[in-house]
Amino acid sequence: MIVAIASGKGGTGKTTVAASLSRVWERPLVAVDLDVEAPNLHLFLRPVIEESSAAWIETPVVDESRCNFCLACSDLCQFKAISVMGSVVLTFQEMCHGCGGCIAVCPQKAISPGRRELGQIGWGRAGNTQFLMGRLRIGEAMSPPLMRQVKSRLKDIIEATGRDAIVDAPPGVSCPAVNAVMGSDVIVLVTEPTPFGFHDFKLAWEAFSPLGKPMGVVINRAGVGDRKIYSFCAEMHIPILSEVPYERSAAEGYARGRIVADLSPEFRNIFVSLSLKIFELAAGSRVLEATHA
Amino acid sequence: MREVVVISGKGGTGKTSLTGAFAHLASNKIVCDLDVDAPDLHLLLRPQAGRTEEFFSGHVAQIDNRQCTGCGLCASMCRYDAVRVDGNTYSIDPLRCEGCRVCVAFCPAGAVLFPEKHCGHWHISSTRFGRLVHARLFPGEANSGRLVSVLKQQARQLAKSEGKELILSDGAPGIGCPVISSLSGADLAVAVTEPTPSGRHDLERVAELCGHFRIRLGVIINKFDLNPEGADGIEEFCRSKGHEVIARLAHDQIVTKAMVAGLVVTELPETDFTREVRKTWARIEELAARGKKS
Repeated sequence: MIVAIASGKGGTGKTTVAASLSRVWERPLVAVDLDVEAPNLHLFLRPVIEESSAAWIETPVVDESRCNFCLACSDLCQFKAISVMGSVVLTFQEMCHGCGGCIAVCPQKAISPGRRELGQIGWGRAGNTQFLMGRLRIGEAMSPPLMRQVKSRLKDIIEATGRDAIVDAPPGVSCPAVNAVMGSDVIVLVTEPTPFGFHDFKLAWEAFSPLGKPMGVVINRAGVGDRKIYSFCAEMHIPILSEVPYERSAAEGYARGRIVADLSPEFRNIFVSLSLKIFELAAGSRVLEATHA
Repeated sequence: MREVVVISGKGGTGKTSLTGAFAHLASNKIVCDLDVDAPDLHLLLRPQAGRTEEFFSGHVAQIDNRQCTGCGLCASMCRYDAVRVDGNTYSIDPLRCEGCRVCVAFCPAGAVLFPEKHCGHWHISSTRFGRLVHARLFPGEANSGRLVSVLKQQARQLAKSEGKELILSDGAPGIGCPVISSLSGADLAVAVTEPTPSGRHDLERVAELCGHFRIRLGVIINKFDLNPEGADGIEEFCRSKGHEVIARLAHDQIVTKAMVAGLVVTELPETDFTREVRKTWARIEELAARGKKS
């Protein structure tokens, strides 16, 4: 089972939930950080990274001696990554999406594959939990190609070991966020009961609903803000899987790199119960109403 | 004219709440919400509907099943795993389609259509703090970087035609495409961070990004009292890299209170916290007046 931990708004506690769930998960697990622009899960799980390698995207290299400047490549390219000016071919590596179209279309076979570094993929262990992460290179604009490679590595691990996966997704609701949750079996949306949290939660709900996957909500920092998220979830029949109460001690613990599930037996129980509800949600069984109801 | 962009790397550090307060304090400016993916500034600024435009960007492939012969060439050439096969029926998953046109160009039956993609809307609205340029990308859409560029162009035109001296922008979290796009042409980037492992880690990444694009960076350490030693560590980091620490602000529930009321924090009765926010903005104005990094 792959569980994606997502949120519309950043900073609502996605990584807190992913790290705490990883801590209490009963079955063999791989914890995955797909928030490749701002990966933070390793800061809390503190894995020993045993393997790290660069991830690449294919980009064109033009052999001008074979080129007859026919423009087929620049006509095809939708990303302005290759352009023919008279008898000079310019490539803009950082604009290239790696579709391979220019290489395939060139009648002179003048274009061969080169590559651009997207970032790093790291693999390691935190206790019994396997750990996998992507880290986007500074200056690289495109996160989805790196995320695709991390996901393909995850698929290999799952096929080889049968482990469950907990995936820390990037915030937001655009292409990278949807890309992250697309292959999961269950989506857990983490939010906070503030106007920003509620607004972005609705966006995320709208973005992820068409995927047709079971979805549940974790309300972090319960007790701050207002009650709008609760009435919305009740009205839309969105199950609230848990509430993590706001406590300054938890915020301080997090600030010092502690995993919230480790702070007290009460916090631990919240995440143990969350993990059970995720299993129920995945099994399609009726989720027990959260304690507030 | 000066351009100040507030960014954060990590989400939830207080970027938008502070930008809202700065929008209140700054005079003669255009405000711009560049977090087009999950925009929140309008919740504080409560804009009156003004001009709305549709945003089109790129294309998406569509298979015309009356023309398709089921040869499967598109599926074998697609690098994005966007071609779905159900028996002998081929279709494109629009969420995976990158809009690269390879399937369109190579389909021997000419069966792939390539309509333009309607990705969202952008607006120029009025608020109690002046004009707001903002947008909403439809859920799941890519190309937020291009929408960010459109907003910046609009804000610049507006600032020019109305004689405004400042564009104040709320940037996106992260370090990818929309953030890079937000930073282009900025006189000053202000990073809002917090003394948590994530806040520190992501600050280091946005700082490196600003260095990469030669953008001057100032740092606000928000919620410093959650971990004062961590805040000292961030100050140390900033000193070593030559980034000014503009302010240390305490973790104050007044920020959430203001948000629930649909106000910015400096509109509430004055407290120590709001006084600090005013000082912070005054310092940002001084820094921005120095202009771009040489």
